Amino acid sequence: MTTPAHVSPKAAATTVSHRGRRGRRPSHASPWASETSFTEQLLKVLFIGGLLVAVLVPMAMVVVTSLSGPRSVSEQGGLVLIPKDLSLAAYQMVLSGGAVTKALIVSLVVTSVGTITATVMTILCSYGLSRPGSLWHRPILFTVLLTYLIGPSLIPVYLTMQTLHLLNTYAALVVPGLVSAFNIIILRTFFLGLPQELLDSARIDGAGEFTILRRIVLPLSKAPIAVVALFTAVSYWNSFFTALLYLNDANKWPLQLVLRQYVLQGQPVGVTNPNQTAQVSAPEVSVQMAVVVLAMIPVLIVYPFVQKHFVKGVVLGAVKG
Amino acid sequence: MTTSSATLLDEPKPVDRPLRGRRGTFLRRLRADWPLLVMCAPTLAWLATFHYLPMLGNVMAFQDYNPYSGEGIAAFVNSEWVGLDNFRRLFESSDFWRALLNTLFYTILQLLFFFPIPIIVALVLNSINSYWVKAITQSILYLPHFLSWVIVVTISVRTLGSTGLLARLCEALGVRQPWLVGNPEAFPGLVLGQSIWKDAGWGVIIFLAALAGVDSHLHEAAAVDGAGKWRRLWHVTLPAIRPVVVLLLIMRLGDALSVGFEQFLLQRDAVGADKAEVLDTYVYFSGVLAGDWSYGTAAGLFKAVVGLVLILAANKVAHLVGESGVYQKA
Repeated sequence: MTTPAHVSPKAAATTVSHRGRRGRRPSHASPWASETSFTEQLLKVLFIGGLLVAVLVPMAMVVVTSLSGPRSVSEQGGLVLIPKDLSLAAYQMVLSGGAVTKALIVSLVVTSVGTITATVMTILCSYGLSRPGSLWHRPILFTVLLTYLIGPSLIPVYLTMQTLHLLNTYAALVVPGLVSAFNIIILRTFFLGLPQELLDSARIDGAGEFTILRRIVLPLSKAPIAVVALFTAVSYWNSFFTALLYLNDANKWPLQLVLRQYVLQGQPVGVTNPNQTAQVSAPEVSVQMAVVVLAMIPVLIVYPFVQKHFVKGVVLGAVKG
Repeated sequence: MTTSSATLLDEPKPVDRPLRGRRGTFLRRLRADWPLLVMCAPTLAWLATFHYLPMLGNVMAFQDYNPYSGEGIAAFVNSEWVGLDNFRRLFESSDFWRALLNTLFYTILQLLFFFPIPIIVALVLNSINSYWVKAITQSILYLPHFLSWVIVVTISVRTLGSTGLLARLCEALGVRQPWLVGNPEAFPGLVLGQSIWKDAGWGVIIFLAALAGVDSHLHEAAAVDGAGKWRRLWHVTLPAIRPVVVLLLIMRLGDALSVGFEQFLLQRDAVGADKAEVLDTYVYFSGVLAGDWSYGTAAGLFKAVVGLVLILAANKVAHLVGESGVYQKA
């Protein structure tokens, strides 16, 4: 899907990351588009500004509160916007080896293992489905697409997991998220758009399908693969219901479930390491917000790198899906 | 080329591929294509085990399933068949009807108040000429989509609750603080606000892409003919994004029985089942937590079947109104 030639640079630049257009700003708006009055400009600025404040201020308050000392918290009651004193005590407590540390490690491991496995499976299946006319192509594609329309309900899936003795294991956190028809469609659509001459020439040179995938297709597909990996990683990192459903043992809980228990429901989970005598103490609300920040950080770190790629992937996936 | 003409099963026109003919004996095709089959195998195995096999398990909706009567499949074989008893109980249960009506209520609420917001934001963003303002705004607006529901609910409770930002703002202004968190009456508004905060920005992407596809010559021609800004919005821009709007609207209608499972599950305890019970949470609470397996499955199966009918109907409607729909006959 390349940008049609007749679309002006202005239109093409409207989505941030139209391939190859990034950074090329329209030197001037078309004359017929620039008749904006001052009031209109002001309204737009207020509108956009309001949106950004509504999104950013609550998130900023969480971060600031987690870094606030007792003075700021007691003065302001709940969340802190402008701190009087700063301290890292909340993070020291949370990371000292108690339940939160454990949950953080579980989440990190489950997310990494799950994302790598799921992404590899998605790449393989998408490539396997990227040659219309190959053997059993249609039935397999149909099997994948049908998952959009019908799915099993919760309970039979639970019983399947039980029969396979996956309940109460870490595998129960990984297995349910391995396949997503949405991601397969995104990648497959991208693979179908690759120049087939390239693949054919490799075939003539005697390369097998696995070699073609590894040596030719993968290097060309870094952006969509990054997007698919991001979507997968985020859904692993954020899921709490899988753990709630399949794990009885609170010792195996991932971060999101601890977050729900401790911050949302206000039940104690043993934040600090029981084997250490408490050297630091932080206000309860700071500790809670520190857990929230820990749950946000990986997303915030990865997001900027992948952000510029995903517009295209989403548009494809959403319309196709 | 409008994005809406893309469909699930459309494929690029077959190109000449001297190496891979469609024709040939089964064995010859197998010899040529086996690596592709091997590549699909892990995904197919997963689908068979965790998607299609559990769908067969739906038969327990017609049984009085007893998990202790055997291991795995044996439990299904040994359980007693009860016909439509579970469904009869389902339709006689006022809890079920409450869950169904709540679900539909929240869907309508979202259609009325959530759906238009991304379109408006996209139109405003599209009218901004500065590349950087647009890019930075987009990046920030998409961000909340990637936060988990646990985080979003936590943030909303802390911000709007009795000790939050809103409380202090009201105090400063000398107004009485509205009771938003934990109040069943205010819950629909709260849920709507959370959904908008989390996902409205994300919804902008697709409309921005549609707006980028609007042919600037049309704008130019309309401008030359003397159409002002609002007339061009009405006669050029909106018709151009209409297919995408219709498509998304129909897809949302087809998905009317799902309104955000995790969001409601997280808050059901705080506001009570009266307002926060939707179909998905009903399946979970009545089936899994209460241990009434067959009954819960019947509720789940009802949702799946009605959902399927809705999607197919929605797609039919899309065809009738002249859009290409979500999928087409291949």
